[in-house]
Amino acid sequence: MAEIPGDTLRQRIVDDLRAHIGADLIDSVVKPGDDVWVRVSTSAWRETARVLRHEMGFDYFCFLSAIDWMPSPYGKGEDDPTAPPPERDDTIRQGYTGGDTRLQMLGRVTSSALHVGVNIKCDVPDADATVDSWIPVYAGANWHERETHEMFGISFAGHPDLRNMYLPTDFEGHPLRKDFPLLARMVKPWPGIVDVEPLPGGDNDEEGDAE
Amino acid sequence: MTSTESLIDRRQMAYIAAQASDARVNVELETEGMTLNIGPQHPATHGTLRIIARLDGEQVVWAEPSCGYMHRGYEKLTEVRTYPQVTALINRIDWLGSFANEVPFILAAEKLMEIEAPPRAQHIRTILFELSRIANVSLFLGDLGVQLGAVTPVFMAFRDREYVLNLIEAATGGRFHPNFDRIGGLKDDLPAGFVDETRVVMKKLRNFCDEIENLLFGNEIFQSRTRGIGVIPKDVALQYGLSGANLRASGVDWDLRRDQSLPMAWNKADWKVWTHPDGDSFARCWIRLQEVRESTRIVDQLLDSIPSGPVMAKVPRIIKVPEGEAWVSTENPLGEMGYYVVSKGDLGPFRTKIRSASFNNISVVPWVLKGVYVPDIITILASLYFILGDIDR
Repeated sequence: MAEIPGDTLRQRIVDDLRAHIGADLIDSVVKPGDDVWVRVSTSAWRETARVLRHEMGFDYFCFLSAIDWMPSPYGKGEDDPTAPPPERDDTIRQGYTGGDTRLQMLGRVTSSALHVGVNIKCDVPDADATVDSWIPVYAGANWHERETHEMFGISFAGHPDLRNMYLPTDFEGHPLRKDFPLLARMVKPWPGIVDVEPLPGGDNDEEGDAE
Repeated sequence: MTSTESLIDRRQMAYIAAQASDARVNVELETEGMTLNIGPQHPATHGTLRIIARLDGEQVVWAEPSCGYMHRGYEKLTEVRTYPQVTALINRIDWLGSFANEVPFILAAEKLMEIEAPPRAQHIRTILFELSRIANVSLFLGDLGVQLGAVTPVFMAFRDREYVLNLIEAATGGRFHPNFDRIGGLKDDLPAGFVDETRVVMKKLRNFCDEIENLLFGNEIFQSRTRGIGVIPKDVALQYGLSGANLRASGVDWDLRRDQSLPMAWNKADWKVWTHPDGDSFARCWIRLQEVRESTRIVDQLLDSIPSGPVMAKVPRIIKVPEGEAWVSTENPLGEMGYYVVSKGDLGPFRTKIRSASFNNISVVPWVLKGVYVPDIITILASLYFILGDIDR
């Protein structure tokens, strides 16, 4: 049974990875007592996975997804439809390990022997939104990449079959992108703090409210 | 193609060849391939999972699950909700073990806020977590019989799960969707008489495990339907991200309750992580049976040592989570369930990635069904154990 992982182990992961992929490791964050994040260059996305699995023993594939860092132009969908749209801050600020693009890949793999995981990020180029597929390294990435493809519109070079996982085949748009409105909040305005609405066919009569 | 994968292919091919030599009739008669649609509304799919299988005679040559009949878009919905509101949603991911869904999310939010629930709350959380595991997995054990044509075990499972649900209801007010976990602790303390009542129920559940073991696991039909069927080797299980009992049945000694430090009370009890070297359907079912037993042991021990004190830390009335990112996963009834929460210092999460166990567990199905016989599809799916809400989120 391995020890519960500590910060020296996490720092060693970053150092090991840097020894393998060199300058392709752009940035790293080791949060004391918490977790480790690394950001690699887009071209090294698959190579990082290969190094982690075959050279460093990160044999367990946890998940793969993406983050859209653009603040939603719709806020929380709670605006008054009759009022002019409020001013919103639309600067894109990436989280840990920084970045340059709006969309970022996020993956996590774990070592089943050391019981420690590492979060891997990489920028997704705005122009073609394509990164390399992880399937040759982790076969389990298949479904996760299909899901990321339909939800974020990111393509995976080398993926055999990027069919939709959840959505109908002819669905337009990528729901988890921030500029895709949450339609339920658009077709019916958010009632706000007051959770009561007039009953249908109530005709504003006071007796109906009293019941 | 790496060397491991060609090895896996060779193993599969050898298996297919062995099965084909049994079924000589396929070779001698001119047969035509056929596509078999299982579901979306099939009793063996626990909801609305559709499996498309291409058959050659009685053998599957290609199979693929088709998901999305129950996709509810929780990752998008969390973005327009506040942190306390999110637990009401994520309750419905794995609906048989709801309380266990809330815990990793709350722990992630607490981690970002740098607060910790008081010891009593951690303790009660762990007890409720294990109770929801017992409720969930005991239904699996009963359901297993139904998949194989034995009807009795499911009645026993529903009978005894009821006692556990009553306990969860007594403590939280909800049988299926407790929505009881709060950032900083729990909504309420345990009701009077809960401890004694739970001890009685845990005894009943251990009896239930013995009954199931005698009735099902010792049964010759059950053994011949599950032993050596749907073997998933360790390296395949790991790279598909199988977790929980499915991974331990392939011989990986890894349990997130033991192998990471979380502010929970599992390390205060003495229990065992079971593994099985075979990786077949039988191993996966057997591991789950042992896990229910271990869970009852954990609950019994924790009941002895509930610390006194408050169940809620001091948290502001309006919860704002500082900017940052956090990943927390726990060993849920179905496997590793985790939340990757991105906060921008707002009232609600900026992005939540929900890593549910069944999604990964089921992604191995196209691989494992290749070459099996039609009746084995059902046992393999049953032994992988998935909840549709946990796949589709």
